[in-house]
Amino acid sequence: MKRIDCPEIGPRPIDEFTYGGEVRRPPQAGADTAALADYVFNRAGAPGVLREWWHHDPSGRWFVLERDTRTDTVLRSVPITEVAHAVPTR
Amino acid sequence: MSWKLFKLGLTSPENEPRFFPEEKPLASHYDVVIIGGGGHGLACAYYLAKEHGITRVAVLEQGYLGGGNTGRNTTIVRSNYLTSEGVKFYDASVKLWENLSGDLDINLFYSTRGHFTLAHSDDAMRTMRWRAEVNKHHGVDSEVVDRDAIARAVPTMDLDCGGGPAVHGALYHAPGSVVRHDAVAWGYARAAAQRGVEIHQQTAVTDIHTAGGRVTGVATSRGDISCDAVVSMVAGYTPRITDMLDLPTPIEIYPLQACVTEPVKPFLDTIIVSGSLHVYVSQSSRGELVMGSAVDPAVLHSTRSTFEFVEGLADHIVDMFPFAGRLRLLRQWAGMADMTPDFAPIMGTTPVDGFYLDSGWGTWGFKATPISGQTMAATVAAKRNHELIEPFRLGRFADFQLVGEKGAASVGH
Repeated sequence: MKRIDCPEIGPRPIDEFTYGGEVRRPPQAGADTAALADYVFNRAGAPGVLREWWHHDPSGRWFVLERDTRTDTVLRSVPITEVAHAVPTR
Repeated sequence: MSWKLFKLGLTSPENEPRFFPEEKPLASHYDVVIIGGGGHGLACAYYLAKEHGITRVAVLEQGYLGGGNTGRNTTIVRSNYLTSEGVKFYDASVKLWENLSGDLDINLFYSTRGHFTLAHSDDAMRTMRWRAEVNKHHGVDSEVVDRDAIARAVPTMDLDCGGGPAVHGALYHAPGSVVRHDAVAWGYARAAAQRGVEIHQQTAVTDIHTAGGRVTGVATSRGDISCDAVVSMVAGYTPRITDMLDLPTPIEIYPLQACVTEPVKPFLDTIIVSGSLHVYVSQSSRGELVMGSAVDPAVLHSTRSTFEFVEGLADHIVDMFPFAGRLRLLRQWAGMADMTPDFAPIMGTTPVDGFYLDSGWGTWGFKATPISGQTMAATVAAKRNHELIEPFRLGRFADFQLVGEKGAASVGH
């Protein structure tokens, strides 16, 4: 069974997680359409270390993990304070 | 003994022409450089030479011909899409497929089987009716059929799916076909090479040079080349190429896996797709069941296959064909699918002058091989998008003109 080695809750089967995709910085309120379109559609795409949202279904918790998308290894769990940029600033 | 073999016995076998001409050294300049020696790239080179007289063309392939997604798909050809843009495009492809063996002078084993997309709910039946109407409007042979029609065509299938979600009906698409995919790459490669195109394997593009917003050449693992146009036709490697030009795209790479069983007696002469069970299956001319499923759950740049895929697929295949539980798997593999948000490709001109994209082929690219080659060749020759691919332009993600194709492209390959 493929596992995700979550630094916070330990290795768990991948079936227990829902993938939430790449963490992206939302545009500020009043941003132009181009910035909005870039946020909605564009992605990093190339291989490397990616910050992604993962939902652990049994515990109902969201995690932000840094994962190498070439080797499929989780490098670390990103503390929520570090991903504060994912919340729009006023 | 064939006459050809007899003649060869009297002459020298060394004089017999090879399938591909001998590789030449890399030239310092080409009019067009095509990155990627898969079906799309080789087809584009062929149509550039044949239909536009552009023969100073190099196809650069980092691995070997057809070693990427051209050789990793489940070889299904169909045009029963959901949007008008998609149906017109894929129908033009089916028309090219039908005469392609003769056109390329190679037996592609193009076999028209008919294609059932099973619906296991009222919602799915609604989508099938929608697709059938759009298809018929564009002259594509698709119709909604009931359980009896499916039972007559595929008597070995359990329409109640072992007590799971029972089959209500299906979208039947008569032109649905399978093709020998390796031969497609070889046929296009030979036909392009015969017209003067150079094909260079083991040649990776490491950078793209620009000056004043236009392409001037590429850096490769075998040295620099100058050129007027670069066409990226690399499927799962697209983001690595677009990153060379700092060109943002919505493409994300997900592995798509497939497998084949050991060969058995012929029992399935049609193609079966189930969106609810996330599987598609056909029986090859050798008797193997060729099976595939949806993409892996998360982004990954890898062609490694997994146990989870086989487990999930087998679980659903035995719902439809219980006796398949006794079959052993012969091979499993994965390809890297360049997925887009709307499940339609990204094709044509880009903000960089002379740089053309043929990408976003996700899990639906093989069937489009001939028409992608032809329309991309026309686009490069005219320096503007061919009308069939205009809806698939990269700019649609800036002005929100998406081509929502998920209902027909996601699992139904």
